[in-house]
Amino acid sequence: MKYLLKNLQIIDPTLHINQISDILIENGIIKKIAENIIPTEDVKVIEFDKTICTLGFFDMHVHLREPGYEQAETIKTGSDAAAEGGFTAIACMPNTNPTIDTSEVVESIIKKSENHIVNVFPIGAVTKGRKGESLSPIYEMHESGAVAFSDDGVAVKTANMVKIALEYLKPIGAPLIEHCEDESLAGGSINEGTISTELGLPPIPSVAEELTIARDILLAEYTQGKLHIAHISTKNSVDLVRKAKAKGLNVTAEVTPHHFSLTENSLRSYDTNYKMNPPLRTDEDVEAIIEGLVDGTIDVIASDHAPHTQEDKEVEFVQAPNGIIGLETEVGLALSELYNKKKLSIEQIIQKFAINPRQILNIEIPQIKVGNKAEFTFLIPDKVWAVNLVQSKSKSKNSPFDKKLLTGKAIGIFNNSKLYINGEYV
Amino acid sequence: MSLSSKHLLGLRNTPREDIELIIDTAKTFREVLERPIKKVPTLTGKTIVNLFFENSTRTRISFELAQKRLSADTINFSISTSSTKKGETFKDTVKNIEAMKIDMIVVRHQSAGVPDFLTRISNANIINAGDGRHEHPTQALLDFFSIEEKLGKLSGKNVCIVGDVSHSRVALSNIFGLQTLGANVSVCGPATMIPRNIEKLGVKIYQKVEDAIRENDVLNVLRIQLEREAGGAIPNVNEYHKYFGITRERLEKYNPEIVILHPGPINRGVEITSEVADGPYQLILEQVTNGVAIRMAILYLLGTLPN
Repeated sequence: MKYLLKNLQIIDPTLHINQISDILIENGIIKKIAENIIPTEDVKVIEFDKTICTLGFFDMHVHLREPGYEQAETIKTGSDAAAEGGFTAIACMPNTNPTIDTSEVVESIIKKSENHIVNVFPIGAVTKGRKGESLSPIYEMHESGAVAFSDDGVAVKTANMVKIALEYLKPIGAPLIEHCEDESLAGGSINEGTISTELGLPPIPSVAEELTIARDILLAEYTQGKLHIAHISTKNSVDLVRKAKAKGLNVTAEVTPHHFSLTENSLRSYDTNYKMNPPLRTDEDVEAIIEGLVDGTIDVIASDHAPHTQEDKEVEFVQAPNGIIGLETEVGLALSELYNKKKLSIEQIIQKFAINPRQILNIEIPQIKVGNKAEFTFLIPDKVWAVNLVQSKSKSKNSPFDKKLLTGKAIGIFNNSKLYINGEYV
Repeated sequence: MSLSSKHLLGLRNTPREDIELIIDTAKTFREVLERPIKKVPTLTGKTIVNLFFENSTRTRISFELAQKRLSADTINFSISTSSTKKGETFKDTVKNIEAMKIDMIVVRHQSAGVPDFLTRISNANIINAGDGRHEHPTQALLDFFSIEEKLGKLSGKNVCIVGDVSHSRVALSNIFGLQTLGANVSVCGPATMIPRNIEKLGVKIYQKVEDAIRENDVLNVLRIQLEREAGGAIPNVNEYHKYFGITRERLEKYNPEIVILHPGPINRGVEITSEVADGPYQLILEQVTNGVAIRMAILYLLGTLPN
């Protein structure tokens, strides 16, 4: 199969490319990049308009729910949602049932994701059953294709187990991804502040996150290990990571779109679609997070895509599970809140969605040059569109962004010899 | 005159006119309660469900009595275990009850926000009888009624809430409502029992109970739940009593004019001594009687709202 993609603005910051060109693809490989390529008869020609073609976006924090919770999401529906959101690859978290803590589960997930336009990279549990007591077979899982290790949903329970994990992971270079939350301080429903007091909801203080980040950074320094901090949400957390980076430690961090686009003020309605962990924080925290994105303290934007069925979410607030789906809204939110509000350049957006996640996970960057695999995300940064959850590809619809108007959209992807554009395979 | 909302979810957004209307109406019903025949036909034909997901004796009885005095049909539905444990969701429980054609739901639940959630899944008038540590508006309204009976208008009065403010729905409803009525609200208790940021709600904090007694017209004394010891908020009830207990000696020394409220049930010898609980300062039993009148007023005002 041959594709000729015409009139694209090709941006690849790793090659310092930003040019208008056509791209000829044959059997999924880039054959030619040039202006005005003349199509032969056997070529499918697609005309683009005001569209950026860049490195395929990678979401390194997704909950696919399979195996175990297929009523909320499956590998197939989650991957469909990723394609719709503009992602050519995703990494999935191990809090499934069974937990991803053996090479068999890693292999079965990779197998089920084969032949899809989106590549799925499993993240293995650091400890058996995510219980924090003993290491899972990390090397075996790594050999089977696990790219990182995490007990996500909770932090690795003890300082000693964090130390052991960071040391054990060193030879393979895979990061420990930490969900930073001190169990003894957490356990509430929303951010501790005026709103939690007014609403009478049990609070989660910021320090519950910051304390664990501080612990893990000290242990990363002590072991010289590789640490990635998931879904950072407070001002102090950003400061802690900034200081760790200034010291030259191997510490990286990610943020979700909801933590730079929403605050605790949204919670006044007791709508469980605003209940997440970490909780939505204050204006001051959002400001610090955007500052951290701008100065590079925060390396990655990732969705923490967390599907829950309507039955699970439509309950009393305190009982409702945490999290929202995010794959299909995150690029739109990032372009609206960061690019179109002139906080980040398009190159920085690409850095955080395509380059940094792969560098952290040691996955080769699919540079846009002749001879390489064609793996692209297509963006129209000024396209105005409204989120419509009814049409969401995800099996779950738990999102607070329904009907929200966004500026900027990922309109499609090319990967694994397939072209998906405006909701259809072409 | 009628209320501006078809529900009573809390006092945070309840306007002053509504609070005053409820208290004025309660005064009328208070007179009814003094008559030999204490029943009026106002809500004949209305069906009210008391939906209690948490144990409560006095609030439920107070509501039930108020409903009976107004001639409404009353059903008590108490679920001590959580609905999810029963295998039925909260939403299904409510939908089932509503299918029986009821007009009002009085709800008590251990989770904050449940009355708000109910308004989204039910067409009935919803009255919050206490949700988690959020609000308990009828308790606060009967407190205001009782204070005004004794001291006159609340505007400009100094009221301090003493005890475990962090876990108290009575405290929050008192704070919102008292501020709406123009009173100065403060809190007093061990720092572990005072929510962070409460001063941002315009609430003064007293660290010493002696200062709170000296500078206030009213103390609303909260029950110290014995299980808080285990939560680590206080070392033990004896130490709490020693530093924060309301005793006759303290009241006589610092402010003999003060008025004492307590939402009950009382832990005698912990947050308050028997001498004070039974003595001249307190309005505690007055509060219980006024509670019925306040709940009659609310049921009447919501039950007779034009559709």
